[in-house]
Amino acid sequence: MKVWQCVVCGFVYDETKGLPEEGIAAGTKWNDIPEDWACPDCGVAKADFEMIEV
Amino acid sequence: MDPIVIIGSGLAAYSVIRELRKLDRDIPLTLLTRDDGDYYSKPMLSNAFAQGKDAAGLILTPAAEMAQQLNFTLHSRCEVSAIDSARKCVHTSQGELPYSRLVLALGADPIRIPLQGDAAEAVMSVNDIADYARLREAMQGLKHITIMGGGLIGCEFANDWAAAGYAVSVVDPGAYPLASLMPEQAGRQLLAPLAATGVDWHFGTSVSRVDRAADGYRLTLADGSQLHTGLLLSAVGLRPRIALAQAAGLAVDRGIKVDAHLRSSDADIFALGDCAEIEGRVQPFVLPIMHAARALAKTLAGSETAVAFPAMPVVVKTPAHPVAVLPVARDAVGAWQQHGTEGGVKMAFIDAAARMTGFVLTGQHSSERNEMNKQVGQVLVPQLQT
Repeated sequence: MKVWQCVVCGFVYDETKGLPEEGIAAGTKWNDIPEDWACPDCGVAKADFEMIEV
Repeated sequence: MDPIVIIGSGLAAYSVIRELRKLDRDIPLTLLTRDDGDYYSKPMLSNAFAQGKDAAGLILTPAAEMAQQLNFTLHSRCEVSAIDSARKCVHTSQGELPYSRLVLALGADPIRIPLQGDAAEAVMSVNDIADYARLREAMQGLKHITIMGGGLIGCEFANDWAAAGYAVSVVDPGAYPLASLMPEQAGRQLLAPLAATGVDWHFGTSVSRVDRAADGYRLTLADGSQLHTGLLLSAVGLRPRIALAQAAGLAVDRGIKVDAHLRSSDADIFALGDCAEIEGRVQPFVLPIMHAARALAKTLAGSETAVAFPAMPVVVKTPAHPVAVLPVARDAVGAWQQHGTEGGVKMAFIDAAARMTGFVLTGQHSSERNEMNKQVGQVLVPQLQT
């Protein structure tokens, strides 16, 4: 399980937790999130996230 | 070879560098910034307060680390006084620097509305991390603050501070919140939810005087009423920084004029972000910057690329009643249609050819942003049709 962070606003996506309010179940791998998904906080694309160490 | 010189250290500057380094690891880059150059999240300036984040807590990566990661030469605390486009160099407080190509990512200045009264100069504004640090300092011990401007930034700040326990008054000469982005029916949706968190709205009037009072300031509004407040924040809009470009003889209008390649009237000087007017439009939002940065990075790496903007919705961070909007041009021909009404509105702008060219989603509908955006499609954005 990895953690990804939006390089624009710092929003964090944690694979363990998912994003249930956005319809993404806990445990969803970053690779399995649709390419057209956007950061819920600032709206930038999935490509603008970087993997971070936890 | 002389380096590509980038002036600025905001989202626009760092996005260009980040994208360029994905394409070319070696091309020499120099970044000049008048501040420290730390990379931080600007969108969070207006929603960090309730999260208890101070200015240092907003820094995602310190400047020196950015310089190392992205392999550029950093000149922080460096003021650029002039661009000599004939000799291809910039004059700075740290000497003269030659450039092969120059990228202007200068940002914008908060618009200051002239006010009367003995404390008119005490009005604050927040446009960068240093402003945010000053604001947090000034807010300590206060109970009530007043915001001039009920637009995107004004509403975000109002929600953030109200959520942190402050009483907040918002004063705006317009008729309803977010008036420059959406129709009245949608903007009015914010009134009750934000009022419930502690926001007191004053539409149809403006602040005309600011005077010192025993415990803060006494504001006199144009309608004659008065407000006692601890702090006055101005959030009435931004003006692109064009002076440097103008003095260098570059074409400017509202912003620094650039074409779809982000190229100014000088072939080796580019501009993007809040200082730029790209094909006639100033778009001081995150998404246009990301798209412009990507296109410019390709051009700088040797592959001429015009920026193509897709539909770019704007997210308004008002947790009391969240909003996502794809604004339409002021002169767009068409009509707003309303769909949902429970717990917010869902409105679509339908143009003369029956195409959806804009939308507003508020409250519980705000999470439908991606689905709505898919129905728009690039060619339908009215502002981008030629």
